[in-house]
Amino acid sequence: MTEPLLSEISRPGRVGHHLPTAGVPTEGIEELPDDLLRDGLDLPEVSENEVVRHFVHLSAMNYGVDTGFYPLGSCTMKYNPKISEEIARFPGFSAIHPYQPEESAQGALRLMYELQEALGEISGLPAVSLQPAAGAHGELTGVMMIRAYHHGHGNAHRTRLLIPDSAHGTNPATATMCGYSTVPVHSDSRGNVDVEALKSAIDDHTAGMMLTMPNTLGLFDENMAAISEIVHGAGALLYGDGANLNALLGVAKPGDLGFDVMHINLHKTFATPHGGGGPGAGVVAARDFLGDYLPVPVAARRSDGSYGLDYNLPHTIGRVRSFYGSFGVLVRAYAYIRALGAEGLRKVGENAIINANYLRVRLMQAYDLPYSRSCMHEFVLSAKRQKALGVRTLDIAKRLIDRGFHPPTVYFPLIVEEAMMVEPTETETKETLDSFAEALLQISREVEESPDVVKSAPITTVVGRLDEVTAARQPRLHW
Amino acid sequence: MDFVPNTDQDRAEMLRTIGVDSVDRLIDVVPEKARYPELRLPEPLTEMELAAEIRSMAEQNADALHYSYFLGAGSYQHYLPAAISQILLRSEFYTSYTPYQPEVSQGVLQATFEFQSMICALTGMDVTNASMYDGATAMAEAALMAMAATGRCKAVVSGAVHPEYRAVLQTYMQTRNCPVVTSAIRREGGRVVEERLDTLLDDDTACVIVQQPDFLGGVHDLAALVERTHAAGALFILSSDPISLGMLKSPGEWGADIAVGEGQGLGSPMAFGGPYLGLLACRDRYIRHLPGRLVGATHDHEGRRGFVLTLQAREQHIRREKATSNICTSEALVAIGAAIYMALMGPGGLRQVARLCYDNAHYAARQIAALEGYRVLETGRFFNEFVVQCPAPPEEVNRQLLDVGIVGGYDLSGAYPDLKDCMLMCATEINTRAQIDALAGALRDVAASRGGAL
Repeated sequence: MTEPLLSEISRPGRVGHHLPTAGVPTEGIEELPDDLLRDGLDLPEVSENEVVRHFVHLSAMNYGVDTGFYPLGSCTMKYNPKISEEIARFPGFSAIHPYQPEESAQGALRLMYELQEALGEISGLPAVSLQPAAGAHGELTGVMMIRAYHHGHGNAHRTRLLIPDSAHGTNPATATMCGYSTVPVHSDSRGNVDVEALKSAIDDHTAGMMLTMPNTLGLFDENMAAISEIVHGAGALLYGDGANLNALLGVAKPGDLGFDVMHINLHKTFATPHGGGGPGAGVVAARDFLGDYLPVPVAARRSDGSYGLDYNLPHTIGRVRSFYGSFGVLVRAYAYIRALGAEGLRKVGENAIINANYLRVRLMQAYDLPYSRSCMHEFVLSAKRQKALGVRTLDIAKRLIDRGFHPPTVYFPLIVEEAMMVEPTETETKETLDSFAEALLQISREVEESPDVVKSAPITTVVGRLDEVTAARQPRLHW
Repeated sequence: MDFVPNTDQDRAEMLRTIGVDSVDRLIDVVPEKARYPELRLPEPLTEMELAAEIRSMAEQNADALHYSYFLGAGSYQHYLPAAISQILLRSEFYTSYTPYQPEVSQGVLQATFEFQSMICALTGMDVTNASMYDGATAMAEAALMAMAATGRCKAVVSGAVHPEYRAVLQTYMQTRNCPVVTSAIRREGGRVVEERLDTLLDDDTACVIVQQPDFLGGVHDLAALVERTHAAGALFILSSDPISLGMLKSPGEWGADIAVGEGQGLGSPMAFGGPYLGLLACRDRYIRHLPGRLVGATHDHEGRRGFVLTLQAREQHIRREKATSNICTSEALVAIGAAIYMALMGPGGLRQVARLCYDNAHYAARQIAALEGYRVLETGRFFNEFVVQCPAPPEEVNRQLLDVGIVGGYDLSGAYPDLKDCMLMCATEINTRAQIDALAGALRDVAASRGGAL
């Protein structure tokens, strides 16, 4: 059953929350003139119990990791520890103001400093900013730092960024926002960056290359060392899109692979909740020589052992947001790292890789696997075979919903036809992986025997497939 | 502790199916010298130990349960109805991701549609997106929108816009070599005066950006400025505190083209600066330039109403290097919290919260103005923040206030050199009369300990 809108439940005179009357004497307080005041406010009037019931009903129409398996490739939908929710809500973290005196916020500043240190250690890139509010925001920050670096060294003529054809859309969008033009580099038949293509694309107008590692095919590039050498040899810098960092935890440090600056998605790798599309955090980690370009402020520890905020970065790109970062998200990531330690983080990397390869092998008979070598934490299937029978990835995804699973990422990366990107993560049991595999295998049989069942999916959800064409042609964006 | 359920037996079975004898075989594509690095991190902790360890860090901070706060400046302590966190803790909401599969995401989609609807009502604008990262980045992206819509390059900004917002704008504009011109803020006797923004307009101006209430608390008649902005062919961008919109004329009523602001005050804690909620709303005619996620209403094949992400052709996953912005996620859960807050408050509640903020701040200003050694500077009308000149540097005043359980106002001297020894004092509905009187008393003591007057 669908749920009415608040505007439809609203009745004049209903009150959702009662406030005290003024506690201060108001005689003599000058009123604002009418021309500074608003003329009415048209918001729903709903009682508290109705509000609660309304949002409880909405939550029942939503699927999260806590509902079931959520193998969205490159999103790392791992379990979100509940203790982190409690910790983030400690008044000492939630009821503190960013501008209160530093001596009254030592616990918060220490947490930020230690998180910087930990993420620097994990990535092998010690200069860290916790400021960016999302992965794309971190990308923007990192690419701005690259730009500032080149400008600072008399190389403003370096106006191009190389981006693999498998890259996430945020990469070229970020490049454009920073004033760069983009040069695509295609992948070879093994899913690696084509080294010859890279060599011909790079020149002394190249500022850098943006690379995801493992890449969006879930593969570790066999030419990683060569790529780093070519990029650096041309005087360019290597940017790391850290969306897939989960595969590398305890397995390799991006700094050791040749990356100069990267962003880390705390809401992916470090188990902070995805929230339905935020809040996240896109921490930037860079080599020491790029440290001066970090956004200000960064958390610092002074010689007397106290903690504070450092605004003295000589070549800072400036601020990329207000205040210091999505602190509530940082708290959760910090708690996760303190819980797991080095041995726990390595278990994450290893088990994410084992789980993905297990599913890959179980599914590869029924679905095309364009790149058949071992994957890292995710892999990409193609429904090419099924398409020939009239059933597409979209249909398979919707049928998976009927089977109680959230579908994998679909139609990305763009270089794979009818793509399905599967990332199980390390927090799933073998039984869950098996039941997902069985569902997909069953669907592949349905495609052959009764394709209409797949094409008319989903049938078990509160709404069926929605008319997205009309939604775009005749947008209705508010009630 | 970790959250990996695989036992040794699970792993052995899976490796057998994969066809390798150890996970090392799956990793040998990683260059050998980079493989299996040592990570120097503190020893892992069990849940019990973790909670105790981190709680002790939290308890080192002065917080609003134990101190009274008179500090605003872009982050506000408002009362958070209990229902909000109860609903936000429903894991169907917080453990979900961007609604790529709308059939199983109607919860987040409808809640976001309702957020969009209520923000349109509050700001008086035609359309708003599902949120930006914070008020500062919303303002920066609004400037980029104005540049795209007008084909012009220059941004004219009031110096009374939040200093950090102006800093973020500079960062975003620098990659385009587009100038930002800022009006000067000066002290003239007992008044704070702003250079006239309309004198800075020219035909290269893409937008004029103003904050209301401004960073110094002032509320002004914007009608003439809006008109002159439009006459110059530029867009008018107004940044607002949404709580003040319970009372104050909305950006839409002022004739703004784009409304931005910080939504933290709508149901989120101060949380040391984040995660917050960027509001970005505009007139219909600018919708194709609007960045970020948009939720729209539609129907399924059986005529049932449902909600989907829409107009995605603006966005990075479709348009890539031609996208309006690179933004991918938003602040979805924070926006849902704001929707719950606005639903609970309703028009009457928001009006009442604004009223209480206004009354408490005006009472506080009156009490402080009567103190020897202190002066409340005139910024015109104000909403819930005002400028106080102190008999000592604000840092010193605040240190003494902290000793008696009070977190005092924002030191203005860094951002506004003319406002030496001045702090920005804030009051919200949280502050009781007793707290305000205690503040006045404590300030009196600070002045007395300095031997007094200006």
